[in-house]
Amino acid sequence: MNFPAELKYSKSHEWVKMDGDVAVIGISDFAQDALGDVVFINLPGEGDSVTAGEAFGDVESVKAVSDIISPVTGVICAVNEDLADAPENLNSDPYGAWIIKVENITGQEDLLDAAAYEALCAEEG
Amino acid sequence: MGSYVPSTPAERQEMLKAIGLSDYRELYRDVPESMYLDHPLDVPAGMSELEVSRAVSAMAAKNKVFSTILRGAGAYDHYIPSIVKYIPAKEEFLTAYTPYQAEMSQGILQSIFEYQTMICELTGMDVSNASVYDGATAAAEAAAMCRDRKRKVTLVSAAAHPDVINTIRTYCYGAGEELRIVPAKDGKTDLDALKEMLTPDVASFYVQQPNFNGLFEDAEALGEAVHAAGAMYVMGCNPIALAIMKTPRDCGADVAVGEGQPLGMPIGYGGPYLGFMVTTTKHMRKLPGRIVGETVDSKGERAYVLSLQAREQHIRREKASSNICSNEALCALTAGLYMATMGPQGMADAARQSMAKAHYLADALCAIPGIALKYPGEYFDEFVVEMPKADEALKALEEAGILGGLPVEGGVLWCATEKASREALDRAAAIVKEVCAG
Amino acid sequence: MKLIFEKSVPGRGMSLLPPCDVDLVAMPAGLERETMPQLPEMSETDISRHYTELNQHVHGVNCGFYPLGSCTMKYNPRIDEEMAALPGFTQIHPLAPADATEGCREVLDTAKRYLCEVSGMDDMTFQPAAGAHGEFTGVLLIKQYHDARGDKKRTKIIVPDSAHGTNPATAAMCGFEVVNIASAPNGCVDLEALKAALGDDTAGLMLTNPNTVGIFDENILEITRLVHEAGGLCYYDGANLNAVMGVVRPGDMGFDCIHMNLHKTFATPHGGGGPGAGAVGCKAFLAEYLPKSALMDGPGRLQVRGFAGNFLVVVKALTYIMTLGREGIPEAARNAVLNANYLMRKIQGTFEPAFDRICMHEFVLDLSGFKKETGVSALDVAKSLIDYGMHPPTMYFPLIVHEALMLEPTETESRETLDWAAEVFRQLYELAHKDPEFMHNAPHNAQIGRPDEVRAARNPVLRWQKS
Repeated sequence: MNFPAELKYSKSHEWVKMDGDVAVIGISDFAQDALGDVVFINLPGEGDSVTAGEAFGDVESVKAVSDIISPVTGVICAVNEDLADAPENLNSDPYGAWIIKVENITGQEDLLDAAAYEALCAEEG
Repeated sequence: MGSYVPSTPAERQEMLKAIGLSDYRELYRDVPESMYLDHPLDVPAGMSELEVSRAVSAMAAKNKVFSTILRGAGAYDHYIPSIVKYIPAKEEFLTAYTPYQAEMSQGILQSIFEYQTMICELTGMDVSNASVYDGATAAAEAAAMCRDRKRKVTLVSAAAHPDVINTIRTYCYGAGEELRIVPAKDGKTDLDALKEMLTPDVASFYVQQPNFNGLFEDAEALGEAVHAAGAMYVMGCNPIALAIMKTPRDCGADVAVGEGQPLGMPIGYGGPYLGFMVTTTKHMRKLPGRIVGETVDSKGERAYVLSLQAREQHIRREKASSNICSNEALCALTAGLYMATMGPQGMADAARQSMAKAHYLADALCAIPGIALKYPGEYFDEFVVEMPKADEALKALEEAGILGGLPVEGGVLWCATEKASREALDRAAAIVKEVCAG
Repeated sequence: MKLIFEKSVPGRGMSLLPPCDVDLVAMPAGLERETMPQLPEMSETDISRHYTELNQHVHGVNCGFYPLGSCTMKYNPRIDEEMAALPGFTQIHPLAPADATEGCREVLDTAKRYLCEVSGMDDMTFQPAAGAHGEFTGVLLIKQYHDARGDKKRTKIIVPDSAHGTNPATAAMCGFEVVNIASAPNGCVDLEALKAALGDDTAGLMLTNPNTVGIFDENILEITRLVHEAGGLCYYDGANLNAVMGVVRPGDMGFDCIHMNLHKTFATPHGGGGPGAGAVGCKAFLAEYLPKSALMDGPGRLQVRGFAGNFLVVVKALTYIMTLGREGIPEAARNAVLNANYLMRKIQGTFEPAFDRICMHEFVLDLSGFKKETGVSALDVAKSLIDYGMHPPTMYFPLIVHEALMLEPTETESRETLDWAAEVFRQLYELAHKDPEFMHNAPHNAQIGRPDEVRAARNPVLRWQKS
């Protein structure tokens, strides 16, 4: 399992990469592995507001569905629409398959670094 | 008493002994003594099959079976081909559960896939579910699937079936959302009133085609108004009429629903019936209920499975938009079987004959002094007339074995299907004429 | 198997309707259908053979053992079908006048009287068309009750985490917030968790008893008392009523309203997914909120479906109840429980029950240890059973047991069938230790191999298209 050191992680298994003032958000390798084959993703719209700790979309596998929780509060400035047609990219490349980008950030959850997140996953796994 | 327990008393004792018990009461050791029933139920003693057959048949005999039925209002007496009655009674179809295990349920799954295809063909829409309970719940589920975070209000035409309106009202009450009724004018939805009511909080508008008064609505114009306001358009359609009537797809519907009973189900005092529900590819994942999809098996052969299950209650629990699981699968099989048996020509023939007979009956009734059509619009196989002595006339028809129209506000709602012969229609009109003349 | 569309031949058909004996009327301009629907064109032989082929690819209760937990797959008597097919029922219009429908009302009134007696309720509706629909109806009774009292603060429904998925989904459909409470280690309600969840915002509790692990909750009176003390009402999910009918009544357990699955407990067939019928009963103080048809009964009440519900299904259930009668009803329940305990003990020693104690009408096997040992999952075992002609048990439910298989044999299975089933489980247990790979690939002799569900969900093909 892969835990890139340059990313921050939420306890609900999303990753965040700060790109200047913009937060890039996806789901972790651990999350995609736990879900199994992702078959569909419910994406939000550009311009929607997101709140730290609240769901902005969900991912479905054949036998499960899981909310995607925003680690930050802000406004969505980009949505990875490619995932609508190729949700399997969340399985094959979880850290490349970003889901949304958020700007105008006014708050965030307590995030973990890679080592702390890896420890959390070890506990849950 | 009757019983379907195969084991003999001796076997039961041996089985009890095998699990270390001596008495049935020990099986219920967790049931508190205070509530354990110490007296027999106040239900009559059990019966042999012959006795029960007599008793239930006696109840059936207290009903009156009419030789001619000229009443519709949501339950339509169409001809049911013999094979359509026979096949759904086969024990495998009849007694199986929901096809959770695809490897031993391909027959059911394929029958649903075929049904889904036929309903898509009939309506012109893209995606059908495996059915819901009836036309009224289909309309209520459609209203629910159209709501989103910003748009919550449901509009319903006053010219829809009263049970459908009330069922939508009930589902809206449950969800804590508002229902507003769009008034009718001359028996049809008032387009100008609708336009005024299409505020930015409106999620969807429901219209019935043909409507409760039997009239054809200006479905395209209604749809254009709904879409211009950014809301979703839901049409409730009579499936027999659809064989010859402009499809909901061509009228711009986002969701089409309807009462599938006319597709081979008996009127049966109201059920079981069939709710059909279809939408566009765009809204596929909001569609409630079971959906069957095609895939391949481990050998690469074509196979069918229950699909898109992540929408459903057993996975999504409190986040599911509907709690439906059991539906009307055997009725869906019946409907598919009916459509295949009738074929496209037979369906169109049933529709044209129903329409023709209704118009013949309307002309015959309106030839009687004092009787006239209540509304000016075009109609399918139902129509409302204003008539004097309606109660007396209906009573006289009943005595002659004819179930006449349904008394509704300001008139009587009549219906004729392909089953009514010209002779029967003439006879009905003659009886009404006699009463009205007397 | 070919699809019916692939068997269609243009121009085929049957002679079903006579020529029209009145003048045809043209559809009004602009309302005509533009193209004919592409429906199959078949002869009657084609139709008969097609549906017979489909029917041969279905496992019904008549084919063999069907221990699908929570679904009560008991035998469906043929006499019930015969009664429901009487023209005196099938040809009755729901809006026919009262003097022409006395028999239908007698069916509904009689069924109501007997089922109120079985459930300990005072009044009942047959409008709901299925179990989940009954839940919706029942929870709407609770909502109307609080609303009528102006008690707007009651916004929460408590649901144990062992509940059927329909319970939380129903509560949400009725606008309530769902409070999930964890179960005690024995699968029953954790009284402390319940007390912690109760408050003046509690609208009610939804509970199945016996619960979804097949255990009768011995604290049931305490549970319903606590909910009532908090001002909430108690809803009984009747999915498991088959274990206790005629033995103990939900009304006596303290429940205020209930749904019963006529298609489970009262032997009406499930038709491959419906129609069912969900009779909803309530205590007298809720009777004024029962749904009614606006068209049949006049306005003023809520309603959950058109007309009076799945009437012909009620005819089947009534025929069954009258056949069993006052002695036969508890006899069925007792033998459902006996069969479940017998099968559980017969299987024990290979696959282990999640709770090693007397069960009610069903029991749950916990295969997590077995899976660690052999690598063979509950899914693999379920799929392997298909090769023996046995319908698999309910899999991976309830969620509180890992690698769960839930078996409900019902009372209509003979001792030989139970002995045979136990033997099949024993053989699979041994096979898993010898050749797990074989089980990973099961079934081997079924209609199809395991279907690719990921492909079905990623690239949905939901109808046939002419290629």
